[in-house]
Amino acid sequence: MNPLELAQARPAPAFTVTLDGREIEALPGQTVAAALWTAGITSWRSTRGEGRPRGVFCGIGVCYDCLVTVNDRPNQRACLVPLKPGDAIRTQEGTGHGG
Amino acid sequence: MAAERPHLAVIGAGPAGLAATLAAARHGVRVTLVDSAPEAGGQFYRQPARELGARRPEALHHEWRTWERLRDGLRTHQRAGSAAHLTDHHVWLVERRPGGFTVHALLGPEQAEPAEVRADAVLLATGGYEKVLPFPGWTLPGVVTAGGAQAMLKGTLSVSGRTAVVAGTGPLLLPVATGLAAAGVRVAALVESADPRDFVRRSRALSAQPAKLAEGARYAAQLARHRVRTLVHHTVVEAHGTDRLEAVTVAGLDRSGRVRPGTERRIACDTLAVGHGMLPHTDLAQGLGCRIDGVAVHVDDEQRTDVPGVWAAGEATGIGGAALSLAEGHIAGRSIAARLTGGEPDPHDWAGAGRARTALRRFFATLDEVYAPPAHWAEQLTDDTVVCRCEEVTGGAIREAVTGLGAGDQRTVKLLTRAGMGWCQGRMCGSAVAGLVGCPETAARRPFARPVPLGVLARAGEAPEAEVPEADV
Ligand SMILES: Cc1cc2nc3c(=O)[nH]c(=O)nc-3n(C[C@H](O)[C@H](O)[C@H](O)COP(=O)(O)OP(=O)(O)OC[C@H]3O[C@@H](n4cnc5c(N)ncnc54)[C@H](O)[C@@H]3O)c2cc1C
Ligand code: FES
Repeated sequence: MNPLELAQARPAPAFTVTLDGREIEALPGQTVAAALWTAGITSWRSTRGEGRPRGVFCGIGVCYDCLVTVNDRPNQRACLVPLKPGDAIRTQEGTGHGG
Repeated sequence: MAAERPHLAVIGAGPAGLAATLAAARHGVRVTLVDSAPEAGGQFYRQPARELGARRPEALHHEWRTWERLRDGLRTHQRAGSAAHLTDHHVWLVERRPGGFTVHALLGPEQAEPAEVRADAVLLATGGYEKVLPFPGWTLPGVVTAGGAQAMLKGTLSVSGRTAVVAGTGPLLLPVATGLAAAGVRVAALVESADPRDFVRRSRALSAQPAKLAEGARYAAQLARHRVRTLVHHTVVEAHGTDRLEAVTVAGLDRSGRVRPGTERRIACDTLAVGHGMLPHTDLAQGLGCRIDGVAVHVDDEQRTDVPGVWAAGEATGIGGAALSLAEGHIAGRSIAARLTGGEPDPHDWAGAGRARTALRRFFATLDEVYAPPAHWAEQLTDDTVVCRCEEVTGGAIREAVTGLGAGDQRTVKLLTRAGMGWCQGRMCGSAVAGLVGCPETAARRPFARPVPLGVLARAGEAPEAEVPEADV
């Protein structure tokens, strides 16, 4: 049984967001991290020094490993930010400030 | 007309903050409960986002009845105007001013808009966060903290993969393993580095807690039902994968806490939920100048800190689970109500909670001794294992700072290597650095509990006061 079934969730209809331009589905109430996990994606950032991939680590906003760019705002914590229809998520390299 | 009720700000809407809010509101205090989450509940009673429409959220929880009582109590006080709940408020500083306190918060997940709450007294009920000690591969995507896996599951009804290993040490591993299994994840192994037989030997503290014994038996039955293999006195020595987790190697430990050569085995998995205990959140208390003992906020029998007007309860004052947090929160609420309405509190008013607190503190002190991370965990750490996840400082660099440059504490290592200087401000690597240095772990001093935009700092003190209802007394 998946967690949505286990909790007998009846979410409002799914909507579309994009990850680097690619469309993925999200449910109302899901955070960026939850939608990406559900889409089978576990990393969405590379580190500043070694360029290593990272995703969720602490899940509660303490570790800052899950940083992502949402609607052109870099360094958002994917585990905290809820999604809205049409949001554009971009994987983030280094500080997320380009260059 | 009755005189206006005194005003208390409670920071943190977990078990401790909720119990305190109800107790204080019931006894003549107007309470503003401030929390960064979108829903009340804290870590233990974390709720799925409302829009997910969960009709059976209790499937992922235990002690649901207690939660319902707290939630309904909060609603009743909200309707009566004796309590307000400010959600999505991230508190970065509590400031003491003449005659009271100002709570400075940033609004929403992006934390850009400031808000302030003024109050006559403050209760810090900010709980804690998980401690994870490093090992090769622990930065791979798919490796998450045990509590993080639980928080994602309870709060967003999502899991990161299909096959998980749950590992580390401590009682939190049990709800995490059973929760993931119930949610359809295959739990390939539960790997506990302690030896529960040590626990049974210390049976005095255990036999005083029949409820805890029953809880343990329930978990054991659930693990058996989901066919979760349990390896005790084992530890994860390495996580494997290139861009994401593919497998872990676990190994047995000898009595001294060293890996037994030849016992290594590899377990395929795409998720590793790992944790080595918890640490209290102490930043707001430190900002107020409260005394810190080791890693926890110091409190007296009434849950008062040593700063007048500031109380603390729950895991901010030491790790001990939800039931202890409820007892401490209740005591704090009663003490605050008595003192703010001009009386001397009478400890008889909270005798039951007081007894529960004594017994549970004793129980968790025993747990703490048994569920300690393996004594020689650092032997697994290679020179190129990242220790500080934010600044990518390796074990080798930290060892060099200690043995080559003579660093003897966390602060000096930080100055020499940048370990602990990144976004998380050392919350994730502090325990590991202390372990590598061989110094006692202390609560690091951080000027603010959250990163604060400069514009907000410049305007602090001018933010609009958050809307709080007037009491109808
Ligand atoms: C990620 C995680 C998951 C856990 N899951 C379980 C579990 O499933 N089962 C179990 O038995 N135990 C679990 N625990 C242990 C749990 O911490 C305790 O049992 C219990 O919840 C502690 O209660 P508390 O009231 O002290 O703090 P918490 O429940 O942690 O509540 C603290 C509250 O304070 C808020 N807060 C903290 N800092 C700030 C700030 N600066 N500004 C605004 N708000 C703030 C937080 O958002 C939180 O709501 C978990 C711990 C963690 C870290
Ligand atoms: S996962 Fe730690 S901050 Fe998001």
